[in-house]
Amino acid sequence: MAARTVLHDADIARALRRIAHEILESRRGDGRLVLLGIPTRGVALAERIQSVIDEIEPGVSEAGALDITLYRDDLARTPTRAPAPTRIPAGGIDDAVVVLVADVLYSGRTIRAALDAIVDHGRPRAVRLAVLVDRGHRELPIRADFVGKNLPSATSERVSVRLTEVDGVEEVTIEP
Amino acid sequence: MRHLLSTRDLERASAIRLLDVAEDMAQTADRAVRTLPALRDKTVVNLFFEDSTRTRLSFEAAAKRLSANVITFSAKGSSVSKGESLKDTAQTLLAMGADAIVVRHHDSGAAHRLANAGWIDAAIINAGDGTHEHPTQALLDAFTIRQRRFGADARGRGLDGVRVAIVGDILHSRVARSNVWLLHALGADVHLVAPRTLLPHGIDTWPVAVHEHLDEALALAPDAVMMLRIQSERMRDAFFPSAREYGREWGLTAERFAALGPDTMVMHPGPMNRGLEISSVAADSSGSTVLAQVTNGVFIRMAVLYLLVAGSGSDADPIGGQG
Repeated sequence: MAARTVLHDADIARALRRIAHEILESRRGDGRLVLLGIPTRGVALAERIQSVIDEIEPGVSEAGALDITLYRDDLARTPTRAPAPTRIPAGGIDDAVVVLVADVLYSGRTIRAALDAIVDHGRPRAVRLAVLVDRGHRELPIRADFVGKNLPSATSERVSVRLTEVDGVEEVTIEP
Repeated sequence: MRHLLSTRDLERASAIRLLDVAEDMAQTADRAVRTLPALRDKTVVNLFFEDSTRTRLSFEAAAKRLSANVITFSAKGSSVSKGESLKDTAQTLLAMGADAIVVRHHDSGAAHRLANAGWIDAAIINAGDGTHEHPTQALLDAFTIRQRRFGADARGRGLDGVRVAIVGDILHSRVARSNVWLLHALGADVHLVAPRTLLPHGIDTWPVAVHEHLDEALALAPDAVMMLRIQSERMRDAFFPSAREYGREWGLTAERFAALGPDTMVMHPGPMNRGLEISSVAADSSGSTVLAQVTNGVFIRMAVLYLLVAGSGSDADPIGGQG
């Protein structure tokens, strides 16, 4: 069976815009917002969400990238991977509200690694999680605060997020 | 490649990948917590048959910054001085559960032997073997040149067209050899400068230009001038008439330094003989990369240890190969 497209470009744009609004609504007080994308595609998503937030409330948010390769719990079980660059905004993350941004939430292990990585960069006031797709099958007690689309899936299925910046096309597909 | 024995085995893409991982490691320097968990529960052994405080400390710092356990084994005062062979030492380390062995040895080829004799199943990192190679020194030199030259834009780049002059005792220098192969692989234009007595046989087959006079090489406006340390025992062996004459002919004197372009990098692997191969004016100038080289050494060694030790998988090729 061929891949089925579950989100088209307009759906992705709408989901990210909604997430941006939700992030702003949930922001209590005047704390800075730092959106940290998890490479590869989370970085592009964080930048897009941040630019929407910036249209609505200029100057309250910044975007960056947080690589988690060196914090993975399966490092010793797989061939070595090269890390991707981490980019923390100049003001750091101390006392900011950090929103982690990922393309797909699945086992939760990537987010576990990201939480460890964050602690090594500073002490944020709070950490939230935004994902474009939540496909279920968590292996750790982790949930997302902002979800673009809940996508019930079987573990045997393959969910792929493709973004213009990385892949040249814009879609979320599921294939058996 | 499971080991790092020589820069001669490094292809351009692998070398660039290694330098890029070192950039990631360098990024951790200004974080709240600098230690990374990547090598937790791994054991790195520093096996030093020859004195080298700097290289040993640098490897030790790198391993600790990656959360590895570090065992330092210095041959002086150990059973090696009682006649234990390299093989017995290797098997002792294997019994201790070493995942990587950083080896410095006075014989050329010692690291190679340790890696290929089938005595031990650990990643071997050559930290200097005789007059043969010192790959991590060359990597940190290339990293330093790339960073000075390209700054934040350094990732993914080679050293194409960058002109580097390496000056001094080429004959006995493992630093020079490792640099020649690596800089050549990265696309740099390499010039060697030395008195004829300190040039090795067969140098005409190396991918370099050779000069007997320093001024001739400096006239080509190199981007980096790398001064090698002159070891005192060489002076006794009459490779050149006197220290004074060496300094006058092949040293980076204050006058020669003043004539260099403002962006020329002045490099030295340390420790320096001030007033012999390098003047203090040059060593302490803003063009000097001597301290940056020391700092970058830790990042390069972190990258090497991470790539060779962190992962597993039987046919994995940690340094070369897959992205």
